[in-house]
Amino acid sequence: MSRPSALRIFVKTVIARAYPRTVGHARNWSWVVIEIVLPLIGTVAMVYVYRALRAPAEYTGFVVLGGTLLAFWQNIVFDMAGNFIWERGGSNLELFTVAPTTFTAILLGMALGGIFYTAQRAAAVLLVTSLLFQVHYRPAGIAPAVGLLALTLLALYALGMLLASLFLFFGRSAWHALDGMQEPVYFLSGFYFPVHSLGAYVAGAASIIPLTLGLDAIRQVLLPGTPVFLAPAWEAGLIALQIPAYLLSAQWALRMMERLARRDARLSMRWV
Amino acid sequence: MPDLIQSAAVQTIALRRVYQSRRESVVALDGIDLSVARGEIFGVLGPNGAGKTTLIKILVTLLLPTSGQAFVDDLDVARDFQELRHRIAMVSGGENSGYGLMKTREHIWMFSQFYGLSSRVARARIDELMERLGLTEAADRYVSALSSGMRQKMNLIRGLVTDPRILFLDEPTVALDVGAARDVRREVRRWVQEDPTRTVILTTHYMNEADELCDRLAIVNHGRIVAQGTPPSLKQQVQQDVIVDLQLTLGRDLLTELRRVDGVTAATVTQQDGADRFSLLLADDGVLTSVLGIVAGSGREVLGLQKRDPSLEDAFVKLVGRGMAEEEAP
Repeated sequence: MSRPSALRIFVKTVIARAYPRTVGHARNWSWVVIEIVLPLIGTVAMVYVYRALRAPAEYTGFVVLGGTLLAFWQNIVFDMAGNFIWERGGSNLELFTVAPTTFTAILLGMALGGIFYTAQRAAAVLLVTSLLFQVHYRPAGIAPAVGLLALTLLALYALGMLLASLFLFFGRSAWHALDGMQEPVYFLSGFYFPVHSLGAYVAGAASIIPLTLGLDAIRQVLLPGTPVFLAPAWEAGLIALQIPAYLLSAQWALRMMERLARRDARLSMRWV
Repeated sequence: MPDLIQSAAVQTIALRRVYQSRRESVVALDGIDLSVARGEIFGVLGPNGAGKTTLIKILVTLLLPTSGQAFVDDLDVARDFQELRHRIAMVSGGENSGYGLMKTREHIWMFSQFYGLSSRVARARIDELMERLGLTEAADRYVSALSSGMRQKMNLIRGLVTDPRILFLDEPTVALDVGAARDVRREVRRWVQEDPTRTVILTTHYMNEADELCDRLAIVNHGRIVAQGTPPSLKQQVQQDVIVDLQLTLGRDLLTELRRVDGVTAATVTQQDGADRFSLLLADDGVLTSVLGIVAGSGREVLGLQKRDPSLEDAFVKLVGRGMAEEEAP
């Protein structure tokens, strides 16, 4: 029998690895509470915090869009990059490694499988909170916002692959580091306020996370009165540059980390 | 490359692996030279920590050797690992792979896709293998609901479905009941017989499994091969010894004392039905007198005494100096 091509193995791996997440959600509905209801409550609570502080009305829109995009950040950190820890615990990581596929394909499959509920979480937060708090969006900004979202997600998932390489090698240490970085990332990415407020240097440094630029650009095109950090076109251009940069870095890092992990027995021993 | 390497399914040359940590370095493999012919079921026997799993993990490309070389299907495991991964599969005992919310058939299908197998071919093979291993009724059961025996059969099917040239089995029947272990062994034997170019490398703790299944064996201890050959040839190594099973009532430790007796080549003890069962390898019948003298002095009562033919376990005990389950003396 002829050897399947690398492309065929890649595509089949992506579909196969996405499959358990997709069917898993249909078979266990607890994710509705964990992935939709609880984040929804979190976003609603943040709106009430701003209202209690008598923040300007446009901050409600900032929070709603921040809460919407937060779902994708958590998807790449916990369901994609960090998932290598759980995959290893159940001996899946060894079997992925021994198969003639690539970690890139496995990670893409995880991401696509996770997109299903992440998108529903994002949609639920956006719709429910927009209606509840009567957020007004600029109609002309909807199409550009969709384009910006697509661009941001591509860059974000490429970054997720890069982070996964860290989990492959550093295991729990990387998990703890990333877990500890959650709140700083929320802060620096401007999830609940425009990143402009952080000043040019901090916001510039925070732009290494595609979500910082993407969220800011989406706010600018959708919400009148958003303070400008960079023009949306500039932000879109920078995100577009991040996509190949993160993808190539991820490819290189995954290969290198696999080699180091084989050398240091980190694929098959307990996390050290 | 020597002819031997080209013809062998697995060949290792002075293979060494050292695990390095901040506190210490542990030599897991210390110069393993091994050659496994195509079509063989080759067993690697050894006590815990002997280096069996490390050897398998190097051969399946999960670990790099510290020094030495290993070739699988004529490919260097360190250099040609991407090509090699098309040709091998690994199944470990007690493996907990997959996702609980997937059904058995889906689980195996998922892993087959990582090898680029068409879904049609994969499903046909899965159905055939499930029927052979008596797993058809569990095909649509969630993985989380499978018994350990069913789970291990599922793992074996996962290893076979991609039709590897060389199958690596690491303790494939560990913790299985007699029936499930027999089914697994039968399928492994059938799989090799079906195509003489297929090869199995197997690590096991079970002597009867090694004896029944393996064409040849290597006994590994402290990262070195202490003996290799066919099961009958290994048993030959204790052919000259007198082998005695001695059952005693429970009492103070006698094992160390018995091992010190001149002419006692090896001794192990297991507890069975409220009694100690000693297996003794003696240089000749006369040594038994000294043994019984020590037993009499201990105040323990002899419940049974039997001479028997040598087993693979006797050969193992003689070569390694202790039984498979026995902890090493400090």
